[in-house]
Amino acid sequence: MQEDNLVEIENVSYKYERQYAVKDVNMTIKSGQFLGLVGPNGSGKSTLIKLMLGLIKPEEGKVRLFGQPLRQFKRWQDIGFVSQKASSFNSGFPATVLEVVRMGLVSKIGTFKFFHKHHKQKTIEALKTVDMEAYLHYNIGELSGGQQQRVFIARALVSDPKLLILDEPTVGVDAQHVAEFYHLLRKLNREKGITLLMVSHDIGTITEHATHVACINKTVHFHGDTQEYNEFDSEDLNHLYGHVVQQLSHNHPEVNER
Amino acid sequence: MIESFFEYEFLQNAALTGVMIGFVAPLLGVFIVVRRLSLIADALSHITLTGIAASLLLEKKVTGLNNLNPVYMGMVFSVGGAVLIEQLRKVYKHYEELAIPIILSGGIGLGVILISLADGFNTDLFSYLFGSVTAVSRDNMWTVAIITAAVLVIVILFYKELFVLSFDEEHASISGVNGKWIHFLFIVMVALVIASAMQIVGILLVSALMTLPVAAALRIARSFKQTIVLSIVFGEVAVIFGLFSSYHLSVPPGGTIVMLAIIQLILAMGYKKIMAQKWLKGETA
Repeated sequence: MQEDNLVEIENVSYKYERQYAVKDVNMTIKSGQFLGLVGPNGSGKSTLIKLMLGLIKPEEGKVRLFGQPLRQFKRWQDIGFVSQKASSFNSGFPATVLEVVRMGLVSKIGTFKFFHKHHKQKTIEALKTVDMEAYLHYNIGELSGGQQQRVFIARALVSDPKLLILDEPTVGVDAQHVAEFYHLLRKLNREKGITLLMVSHDIGTITEHATHVACINKTVHFHGDTQEYNEFDSEDLNHLYGHVVQQLSHNHPEVNER
Repeated sequence: MIESFFEYEFLQNAALTGVMIGFVAPLLGVFIVVRRLSLIADALSHITLTGIAASLLLEKKVTGLNNLNPVYMGMVFSVGGAVLIEQLRKVYKHYEELAIPIILSGGIGLGVILISLADGFNTDLFSYLFGSVTAVSRDNMWTVAIITAAVLVIVILFYKELFVLSFDEEHASISGVNGKWIHFLFIVMVALVIASAMQIVGILLVSALMTLPVAAALRIARSFKQTIVLSIVFGEVAVIFGLFSSYHLSVPPGGTIVMLAIIQLILAMGYKKIMAQKWLKGETA
């Protein structure tokens, strides 16, 4: 076990009813990576994320977070999570942006302790990262979908996580904001050194920005850095998706920078 | 009522219990409403009735138990019902709300049988159904005081956790919050508050005290904290003025308290409408 392995997944399988959602998955996420997890709809991407976060328990196999078996893992403040469902929460919930983002500090503060003034400061800082500090006292339901998404990213960032997991965060966000969003992710990854895991079915865009790519369809079909991925035989990719995949823009300047 | 308050112990009991209930019922009500569990209060109040009926029956049929206070048995049944609802919600994962009618009708069904075996619907029972200003004993008042204090301490200590759990359970889980345990603690508190509040507002109307002030607060409040504060203010206003008018009009307090809560709700909805229109005008101007 290496120090810089933030997530280790060993032979993990999970079934819904009788069908395998993921089968014999092995995957390691190392510190500093920006891993794009891609795969077609129903390929088990979200299931794999849930398994990593302990939201569901694997039938077989082991998950380790920061070198610790999942069950013993306690430092949840080191992980930020932006769920796909962030856009379908109860939008009538009476909470301000401040209250929502501050929620991200719960594990850091710990049981029997209270919110303090400096937690508000921390919240404002997190909102600044996503350019939403002007909305501190807005009701969460008053914001647009894209703004809400940024608030949820701020909630994931407020505890200064080492690993940020995003499950299809760009669904329902318009193209212009998607570009801004990737810009933000790159900044977090490079400047703040946050390890990123982002689930996406938009294989073209994610491979432009990520440092590593993992393709899954129940099992892992490819896992390597973006360079390798670009050389990856498109036959295999077609096989993975079950149909012809558009040729992707290789040799993108942003990839070559590294 | 003011002069009588110092003269009659029963009025002091009712008023002080009312003030405590007017505080904790809407406080827990906020969490119930935002978690979309409004009907749980109804189910638990009905099963409280079963407990009261069981107590009345025991009092009648078992010698040596003739000074039984039905409220305590009501509390036991209410907590038991809360635990059952939680179990049923696990069985019917995709139809969680089904637990509520099962417990509600089961409670009433058993309650009716027990009441009939205890020979009947008397004035006592009427006061349990619709509340009473004379039903609260000094002992009951102290019990309610202990419950109120306990609920207050627990809500303050676990405010963060309760809030996260209400907003989104997934996030609670990855914040290391033990959702199962906190939820259990919460539902037991709800059960105890319902059994306490029942003495003042009555079984049939107890859920109103947990939901109507919250419904009014939701129209006005922007933040979660504001929702809690406004709900408590609305709850207290309804209970205090409700008890006062109940005493003067000689009608059960359940009715007056709930009607006051409804009036507040209508005012809150009107306020929201006026504010929305003002805002529109401001936009066009």
